[in-house]
Amino acid sequence: MLEIHAGRALQSHLTALGLIPGVELEVIRNGNSGPFIISVKDTRLMLGRGMAEKIDVA
Amino acid sequence: MLEDPNNEEGSEGAERALVVALAGNPNSGKTTLFNNLTGTRQHVGNYPGVTVEKKEGTCRYGEADMGLVDLPGTYSLTAYSVEERVSRNFLIDEQPDVVVDVLDASNLERNLYLAVQLIELGTPVVFALNMSDIAEAQGIRFDLAELSRFLGGPVVQTVGYKAGGMDELLAAITQVADHPAAFTRPHVDFGREIEEEIRKIEGRLTSASGLPSHVTPRWLAVKLLEGDPEVGEQMASTGVADVVAQSVAHLRGIFGDPPETVIPDRRYGFISGACQEAVRSTVEDRHKQSDRIDAIMLSRVFGLPIFLGLMYVVFQVTFAVGAVPMGWIESWVAWLAGAVGGLWPAGSESPLQSLLVDGVIGGVGGVLVFLPIIMLLFLGVALLEDSGYMARAAFIMDRMMHRIGLHGKSFIPMLIGFGCSVPGILATRTLESRRDRLTTIMITPLMSCGARLPIYALIIPAFFPEAWHGPMLWLIYVIGILLAIAAAKILRIAVLKGETTPFVMELPPYRMPTIKGAAIHTWERSREYLKKAGTIILGFSIILWAITKYPRKTEYDTDYGRLAAEAQAVYLTGARRLHREAVSPVPFEQFLSHAEGNPDATAHDAIMVAPVSLSEFVHRIRMIRARCEDTIVQKGLEDEELLVLALRHQVDEELARLRSDDPGTFDAALEFVDEAVTPYRERLDEIAARRCSEDMRYAVAGRIGCALEPILKPIGFDWRIGTALIGAMAAKEIFVTQMAIVFSVSRGEEDQEALRHKLQELYSPLVGFGIMLFCLVSAPCVATIACTWKETKSWRWAMGQWAGLTVLAYLVTGLSYWLGRILDIGV
Repeated sequence: MLEIHAGRALQSHLTALGLIPGVELEVIRNGNSGPFIISVKDTRLMLGRGMAEKIDVA
Repeated sequence: MLEDPNNEEGSEGAERALVVALAGNPNSGKTTLFNNLTGTRQHVGNYPGVTVEKKEGTCRYGEADMGLVDLPGTYSLTAYSVEERVSRNFLIDEQPDVVVDVLDASNLERNLYLAVQLIELGTPVVFALNMSDIAEAQGIRFDLAELSRFLGGPVVQTVGYKAGGMDELLAAITQVADHPAAFTRPHVDFGREIEEEIRKIEGRLTSASGLPSHVTPRWLAVKLLEGDPEVGEQMASTGVADVVAQSVAHLRGIFGDPPETVIPDRRYGFISGACQEAVRSTVEDRHKQSDRIDAIMLSRVFGLPIFLGLMYVVFQVTFAVGAVPMGWIESWVAWLAGAVGGLWPAGSESPLQSLLVDGVIGGVGGVLVFLPIIMLLFLGVALLEDSGYMARAAFIMDRMMHRIGLHGKSFIPMLIGFGCSVPGILATRTLESRRDRLTTIMITPLMSCGARLPIYALIIPAFFPEAWHGPMLWLIYVIGILLAIAAAKILRIAVLKGETTPFVMELPPYRMPTIKGAAIHTWERSREYLKKAGTIILGFSIILWAITKYPRKTEYDTDYGRLAAEAQAVYLTGARRLHREAVSPVPFEQFLSHAEGNPDATAHDAIMVAPVSLSEFVHRIRMIRARCEDTIVQKGLEDEELLVLALRHQVDEELARLRSDDPGTFDAALEFVDEAVTPYRERLDEIAARRCSEDMRYAVAGRIGCALEPILKPIGFDWRIGTALIGAMAAKEIFVTQMAIVFSVSRGEEDQEALRHKLQELYSPLVGFGIMLFCLVSAPCVATIACTWKETKSWRWAMGQWAGLTVLAYLVTGLSYWLGRILDIGV
């Protein structure tokens, strides 16, 4: 994962959840029109589609 | 005072009071540890998964009295959500002696992010490596000594659900409190460039005055570099902003990223260093099992059906099982009302008696009756939350909630709202965005809460055939949900504009809920409801009682005394005629007292007609008939039904059998019942009802109801419904009690049927439906409004909710009324 385009508050929240630039993440489930489930640092996170679009994955 | 001979350390060993705060990530088992440590010695309500208010309890260990504070579960100490702010402000302002950081051992790296922030803050910390048994079973090994060295505080292994490691944890807490210097605080090094800027800002800060005393300038400097809005605001007066802006620009030039990205990165660097040294893991993925369950639970095909099925089970069990204890409470309240009412001599009209029986017991009792249902619903919600399913429900609902501009998380408060809006609104604290929170708070009252159920229970059987009962109830709930969707949409478009906030939520692994945990959660929410019954509803019951009773009329429009006397004259004439016709050997007065079953007359039994006395016959005839009518009422049977005909036939048969004992006396008794007593009583009841109704119209509530009539007429309501709706403002369930008062039906379950008859006489099914609609949508109860006020910190939102929903109710009810009239449905 490369970059997150989000406001400061959200970004710091994502950081606390382990979602930091450069971290390795795995998409467990692509919910099609629903939310994503990703795995990062031994945590499962649900990301809404709007949220997921803010993350650029390399 | 006596000297304690064992007290060797003098002053140090004396009673000590420690303030210990529990911090940790959501789902780290923090609340379970708290429950283990404090047992039942807790106070201040909170909301599970969502420990949103700090919860306090006490615990004794050795010589120390500990006050434990359970902070909301947070991922960090920024000021992202209400919960994070509560935690951070507590740690900074209240300065607890020791902070216990509860870490989920199987997800240590992420959990240590909060730990690092606690270390930076400089409070003495004890680390509880919780659920360590699961982690070890998964193949993770910890070097506790190494970990403790890295983190600069004792590390204790705990197993929350088995209460393992509690003594060790308490020992570590007292050790840290006694010898805070024994542990060297680790230095989280942010790297040369950042450290340099930190020093610059520190230098500027220390020269300024009015710094907060409980935090180090270094912590403030780091927060300023990270762009923390709250700290930035507090430090505005020091003029440090320029220095910070320079530093940020400088660092951005070096790293290409702003410091708020680089600093957390360094924290994670520190963490991974610690983990490399102290944790050995052979485990590939701790989510294996949960993923397997989720493959079904969240699948496109089964996800929604499973979710709906679970909801159905929760509601079905709630209402089916809840009916039993509801019956107990109902009869207990009735007994209490009878016992208290019995303290006054029969027939006396004491205002105090009326206040206690009608006001206090009637009002509060009416609310208490729903406690079992609400507790069961909360138990269901607690089990869903503790098992980890609630997060999945948010996942499943996200797509749908998205369409109305909300996301999956908003669904949980709404679900709780089906039990009671108050805890539902409190549960919105997990929503980070104020827009989302406000929208959810505004629409949560549209989820038909438990208190509205008695209104439906009164109205539906009164106007609709039995086969429609279920679908009708379902329809009302669905209308509530649809209106909530529409209201959310409108709010989003008109008032709370803006993009839908991003949805991020952790999906915790499935866990077996514990009985203790679920019980505590259930109790915490139910207590909120009980509090409402004890305070707001009690208060309003008394006010409502007063406005329905006062001012009292002294001069009536009708002379009720004369009417009663006339009725009695008719009765006596009839009875005398019967006495003559029955050729009774006893004088008329005795005949009368026997016929009415006057116990004083039993001495005359000897001279009464053999073999069974007249009074006995009268009593039996009444009994046989009453039994039949009771069955019809209980089963809610319709007049033409076969069973009713069969029951009536059975009555005739029983009466015939009774007659064969002594035809002469039986005929006299039957005639007496049918032609004298029953019409007389009915007439008296009618007079009393008219008098009550006149009283009611004269009292404050009736006057308000009458004043409202012109407004209510277009939607099919009259002053009686208006009066009852005033009661419903305090608490929805009061509508029923209030209706009973307006129609002067005395309380009690068998009188519900009497009330239904009166409703049928006066209103059409369309109006009945309108009543339910109006009660569903209109102004939520006082407790809800008060809660909205408190949570939004704005009386405008609270008033807006009150007025908006009332207007919506008026429009919706009016629409249904006029549509019904035009289409000729239920008129």
